[in-house]
Amino acid sequence: MAKTLFDKIWESHLVDVQDDGTCLLYIDRHLVHEVTSPQAFEGLRNSGRTVRRPDATLAVADHNVPTTDRSQGIEEEESRIQVEALQESVAEFGIEFFGMDDIRQGICHVIGPEQGFTLPGTTMVCGDSHTATHGAFGSLAFGIGTSEVEHVLATQTLLQAPAKNMRVNVEGALPLGVTPKDLILAIIGHIGTAGGTGHVIEYTGQAFRDMSMEGRMTVCNMTIEGGARGGLIAPDETTFKYLMGRPMVPKGAAWEAAVAHWKTLKSDDGAHYDKDVTIQAADLVPYVTWGTSPEDALPITGSVPSPDDAADEGNANAIKRSLDYMDLTPGTALKDIAIDRVFIGSCTNSRIEDLRAAAAVAKGRTVADTVGAMVVPGSGLIKELAEEEGLDKIFLDAGFEWREPGCSMCLAMNADKLEPGERSASTSNRNFEGRQGKGGRTHLVSPAMAAAAAIAGHLTDVRDLD
Amino acid sequence: MEKFKTLTGVAAPLPMINVDTDKIIPKQFLKTIKRTGLGKNLFDEMRFNDDGSEKPGFVLNKPAYRDAKILVAGENFGCGSSREHAPWALMDFGITCVIAPSFADIFYNNSFKNGVLLIKLPQEDVDKLMDDAERGANATLTVDLEAQTISGPDGGTINFELDPFLRKCLLEGLDDIGLTMQKKEKIDSYEEKQKAAEPWLYA
Ligand code: SF4
Repeated sequence: MAKTLFDKIWESHLVDVQDDGTCLLYIDRHLVHEVTSPQAFEGLRNSGRTVRRPDATLAVADHNVPTTDRSQGIEEEESRIQVEALQESVAEFGIEFFGMDDIRQGICHVIGPEQGFTLPGTTMVCGDSHTATHGAFGSLAFGIGTSEVEHVLATQTLLQAPAKNMRVNVEGALPLGVTPKDLILAIIGHIGTAGGTGHVIEYTGQAFRDMSMEGRMTVCNMTIEGGARGGLIAPDETTFKYLMGRPMVPKGAAWEAAVAHWKTLKSDDGAHYDKDVTIQAADLVPYVTWGTSPEDALPITGSVPSPDDAADEGNANAIKRSLDYMDLTPGTALKDIAIDRVFIGSCTNSRIEDLRAAAAVAKGRTVADTVGAMVVPGSGLIKELAEEEGLDKIFLDAGFEWREPGCSMCLAMNADKLEPGERSASTSNRNFEGRQGKGGRTHLVSPAMAAAAAIAGHLTDVRDLD
Repeated sequence: MEKFKTLTGVAAPLPMINVDTDKIIPKQFLKTIKRTGLGKNLFDEMRFNDDGSEKPGFVLNKPAYRDAKILVAGENFGCGSSREHAPWALMDFGITCVIAPSFADIFYNNSFKNGVLLIKLPQEDVDKLMDDAERGANATLTVDLEAQTISGPDGGTINFELDPFLRKCLLEGLDDIGLTMQKKEKIDSYEEKQKAAEPWLYA
C-alpha cells in the first residue's frame, strides 16, 4: 500500500502497539529547556530514575534569559532559579547543555538544526509546541507536555495515538515580496487554528521545493498554529546541503550512508491523505494578522473585518472580543494601523536569512520616531555571522536595537515586553491576548514587513517601499 | 495519580471558542519549578484586575461557581502553548473535568496524564450542558467515568465516548512511566535494531 512520509517515519519507530491501538513510539532526539523541564527532572529524582539516553538529549536555556548584557547573570529571581535548576539537572543527569555564555546558546528550535542535532527521518520532541519547526528536515517533530518530557527522559519513548495525514500543496512559485511567513499565515488563515487538529501536515509543491531551509523552518514552525501536531517536508538536496558539516551530523562513510537512507524518505505516489488542501502561490501577497488568533490573518491590502461578516454567532463573538482587545474598528485599512514597537526574532523568524531580509529593508532608512524596534538573533552563532556580514551595523544605523539571543519578546518571560495598550509588529508566531506582555497588542508579520513597519510607523506593504 | 471514578460538582459555563493555554495560565506564572499552587492564577487575566481585585463578571468569581469542579466550554479548548501548567492550574483550582466540542491535541494529552478528564461531545449536547451550567449552584452535574455518562440536574443523562486506554489509566490511577518501564526489553531490542540500521543516531 502506498504510504505517506508520516506513515513511514511512524511505523519505523514503533516499539510496541497495545491491544487498544495505543502506540509506544521510540524518540530519537529530545530538546530540553528551562521552563517545561524542572517538574520532569523532579519526577525522575523522586522515583529514582535516570535519563535513558543522555546522548540523544540536548538542553539550553532560552525562554527566560536576558537579551541585554549578561555578565551580571539574571536579575529576576524566579527566572534565575529556573535556569539554575536546569543547570543542576543537566549536570546531575549528564546531559549536554549550552549555557548563557556559550556562543552556541540560542532558541532551542534554532540551535537544534544549527548544530545538526535535528536529522531527517527521526522522531523529535521538546516540551514546547514549536517543536514542529524541525519537520522542515523531514523529522517527525512535535511538542509535548512536562509529564511526557519525564516519560521520554526515563524511557526514550512516548505513548501516542497515530495522527492522521493532511497535505498542503502549494503550486507555483511565491511572487516577489511574498515570504514563507506570509505563506504560512495565509495557510492558517485558510484552514483555521483547528484545521489541522489530529493531523500531521505534509507540505508539498514547487513553493516548498524552491524554499530555503530557513523558509521551510518558518512554515513548519507555525504549523502548530493551524492545530496540527507537526509539519513535514521531505528531505532533498537543499536539506543535505544545509546539514553537511554541522557539528552533530555523521561524518565520512556514515554521512554517505545516512544520505542514502534519507533519500528514501518521501511519500509514495498515490498515498492517501485524510485532508488535502491546494493553494496557488501566485494568488498570495504579504499577510498580517489583525486579531488575537493566528487564523486572523489577512492580506496587507485588506481591512479590519466586522462581526457582521462572521459565519456564526461563536465567530461573531470571537471577532467582537478581538476587536475590543486590539482596539480596532471594522473597515480600517490594515495599512493605516499605527504601531509602537517592532520585534524581529523568535524561533519563527530569527535565522540569518530573516535578519538579511529585514536588513535589506532597513538599509539606509530610519526607524520612525514613534517606534521602538529591536532585533534578537536566534542564536549566538547567528549573531556572530550577522555581525561578520555587517547586519548589526545596518540595524543600529537605522535605529534598531541589536540584542543577545533568546526567546525575548516572543512570549515576554524575560524583561522584553509590551506595555499595556502598546501595539507591535512582530515576526513571532502568536498574537494571543497578553502574549507579548499584559494588555499588549500583536500583529504577526514577516521580517521584511516588520522592518518596513518600523520605518513607516504603521503596518505597510513592503512592496510599496521605494 | 489520583483515581477518577465519579465526579459530582458545579459546572461553570465558559461559552468561548479557542480558549488558549495563555488564557488558562499566563506565562508570568510559568516560572515555578513546582506543579502545585497555580490555581490562584487560573484564567488570571480574565479573572483579576491589574490591582489584583476580582472582576465580578467572570464566571469563577460569581458566588455560585467559586467551587466549580467542571468546566463547560466552546470548541478548540486548550490550543496554543504546550504548557502542562494549564491542566496543573485547573486541577489546583479544583476543576478536574472539562466538557467541550473539541480540544487541542497537546492539551488533551497533558490533561489525562494528570488525571483531568476531558469529554468531547457534539455541539448540541454541549449547548444543553451550557444551559444547565448557567443555572448556577443548583445545576450540579455528575460524571460517571465507569458508565461513561453525564447526568444533569433534570435527571437526563448523556453518554460520552473515550479512548479505552485513557479511561483505564484514569480509573486505575496508572502511572505511564511505570507501565512503559515494564516494556524495557522491547525498548532494548528496538535500540539494537536501530543501531545496526542507522548507527549515526547513536553517539
Ligand atoms: S521563540 Fe517563542 S515560540 Fe519559540 S520557543 Fe521561544 S517562546 Fe516558544
